[in-house]
Amino acid sequence: MDIGHYFVIIIAAIFINNFVLTRFLGICPYIGVSKKLDSAMGMGFAVTFVMSFASAATWLVYTYLLDPKTSILGGTDLTYLRTIAFIIIIAALVQFVEMVIQKTSPLLYNALGIYLPLITTNCAVLGVAVLNIDEQFSFIDSLIRGFAAGIGFTLALILMAGLREKLEFANIPRPLRGVPIAFLMASLMSLAFMGFSGLSLK
Amino acid sequence: MSVVGELTKGIYKENPVFRLVLGMCPTLAVSTSVKNGVGMGIAATVVLVCSNLFISLVRNLVPKMIRIPVFIVIVATFVTIVEMLMQAYTPALHKALGIFVPLIVVNCIILGRAEAFASKSNILYSAVDGIGMGIGFTLSLILIAMIREIWGNGSFYGLPVLPAAYKPVLIMILPPGAFLTLGYVLGFLNWLDLRKKKM
Repeated sequence: MDIGHYFVIIIAAIFINNFVLTRFLGICPYIGVSKKLDSAMGMGFAVTFVMSFASAATWLVYTYLLDPKTSILGGTDLTYLRTIAFIIIIAALVQFVEMVIQKTSPLLYNALGIYLPLITTNCAVLGVAVLNIDEQFSFIDSLIRGFAAGIGFTLALILMAGLREKLEFANIPRPLRGVPIAFLMASLMSLAFMGFSGLSLK
Repeated sequence: MSVVGELTKGIYKENPVFRLVLGMCPTLAVSTSVKNGVGMGIAATVVLVCSNLFISLVRNLVPKMIRIPVFIVIVATFVTIVEMLMQAYTPALHKALGIFVPLIVVNCIILGRAEAFASKSNILYSAVDGIGMGIGFTLSLILIAMIREIWGNGSFYGLPVLPAAYKPVLIMILPPGAFLTLGYVLGFLNWLDLRKKKM
């Protein structure tokens, strides 16, 4: 494993397979929290934080408790509990992160506080956890992809928020105002991100 | 509201995708073909009806403080059941939908209905609400998938419907086409509403 291997994972998660624009994960916050730049930044960093930790925690639980080949509970096959286990881990993690931030950094809590409970139902978090297992990533790979996917989400969110702030002053046909124009912009952005799919990193 | 009213509101008036703008991720991701859309719609409907029923059954036993985690675990259980059934009986569909089958857990429509409706209503109404919302979700998926599949692949439900000379607009079945279709469908529905108000 050399540094290039990690570089490929990072570039792939941020640009080539951007979680929002090519995998369609995390669309709800992408449309819902992209009206203002500050809140988009807050949401983005909170999601990156939770995604990195969730990738690590779900990988450990799956490998050491659920997978019969590597389980410490003996050879019991508990893989069917994956979905339930992962969503509980993510919900608990979000709660835990919220409490820690509240105690240690009131400043950060004020910035991220209201977004944290929303993250449990952000499909990008559960999505990256399931993808890590499906594609048989190692622990470090999962952690790095979790972090990079969060950065990719933040990037897409901030780009969108920047555009939507500018759009306030544009004269848009009435039926397209609000959510429809956001989807049309997402379409163009997704088109731009498809340009990255030509990159071959091996 | 009557039982029939609860059933039909999910189809147009409170359509989960077009009116409430919920469940966008699966709508965009699996609408590349009508077949996938129907499969996803049915899977989500089954989970929605079962979890609505069950949540309505236990609604008075669950303390308010921990209701969301309890709801999520109930939904996750039904998703696991549906996932295992799909793996056993429709392996091709399970493979095509891929990661979006476990992701039904975080489909906002299901948790949204649990919180907004099933946790406050009796069993019959909750089940009917689940069926109506499920049908609404499935119909929206079919509509978007139909536009994308016919335009982008010249076929409907896997069968070619356009003459062979038709050159498919590939972009429609790629990610940008999903955003584009949904944006214009939402815009069109807004336009219908605005026109109705003027008259």
